[in-house]
Amino acid sequence: MALTALEKQLLNDFQHDFPLERRPYRAIAERLGVSEQAVLEAMQALHNQNLVHRIGSIIQVNKIGKSMLAAMAVPTSALTEVAEIINQFQEVNHNYERENSLNLWFVLIGENQSHLDAVVADIEQQTGFPVLQFPLLKDYFIDLGFELDLSDG
Amino acid sequence: MDSLDRKIIKLTQSGLPLVPEPYQWLARQLDISAEQLMRRLEAMKNAGIIRRIAAVPNHYKLDYRFNGMSVWDIEDAHVDRLGEHLGQLDFVSHCYQRPRHLPEWPYNFFAMVHSTEQAGVERQIAEIAALLGDYNRGHEILYSTRILKKTGLRIR
Repeated sequence: MALTALEKQLLNDFQHDFPLERRPYRAIAERLGVSEQAVLEAMQALHNQNLVHRIGSIIQVNKIGKSMLAAMAVPTSALTEVAEIINQFQEVNHNYERENSLNLWFVLIGENQSHLDAVVADIEQQTGFPVLQFPLLKDYFIDLGFELDLSDG
Repeated sequence: MDSLDRKIIKLTQSGLPLVPEPYQWLARQLDISAEQLMRRLEAMKNAGIIRRIAAVPNHYKLDYRFNGMSVWDIEDAHVDRLGEHLGQLDFVSHCYQRPRHLPEWPYNFFAMVHSTEQAGVERQIAEIAALLGDYNRGHEILYSTRILKKTGLRIR
């Protein structure tokens, strides 16, 4: 993957704070000593190569609702079917298969705990397998800009 | 937070357009001024609702394609102190204390690690284990074998 010097700078330096001003790309351009047009073109190139998903706001979910990590142990033969049921819930944000006896891991996002409890009960009833809940007790990380969307359940 | 704030979050979450005045462009969708939009965004940042406004890189495409969810059984009395320590490692993107589910799940600490190579993940896990020393009573790495669903945040 060949990145231009400007593309690298944009990737490294603007994962944390994108300027909140009328012409943010011009503000970046001034800091880097290039033209606004060059910044826009480089951003577009990063986007076209699918190296940047988007420039957007990163939300602290637990300030506006409730998120929770959950896991299930599902026999391999039933995995696809169970995953399909789970994925139909709009409260399910991520769903990963992982190498463990607990082999399905997903993040639920809802309005509050009772909303999440209802979804968990629904998933258990529809799939016939128990859901283990892994609510966040405390987080310790420093936000360095690594983006995992909402894996912070 | 009112309904306008929610609309603003929804709109800015999906992405700022690559035009010279992106906030102006978004404000027009909401029928407000760019200044009003920026003031609201600033207020939500200060309130911690918006963690940051940023370019969101695709780490997978950027070669950080090896990641592991490492899980640890750390003595409760020490998990806070050690958690603070582990949270400062540059390869740990997220780490959390979560409840155990005994007997099948003895782990109370989750740390996501990222590397450009498999061996890198293993080195990182070894580094964490060395830091925890005797306070680590057991750990595992859960690699993801398949992404079954991945969507952005939806807000009603």
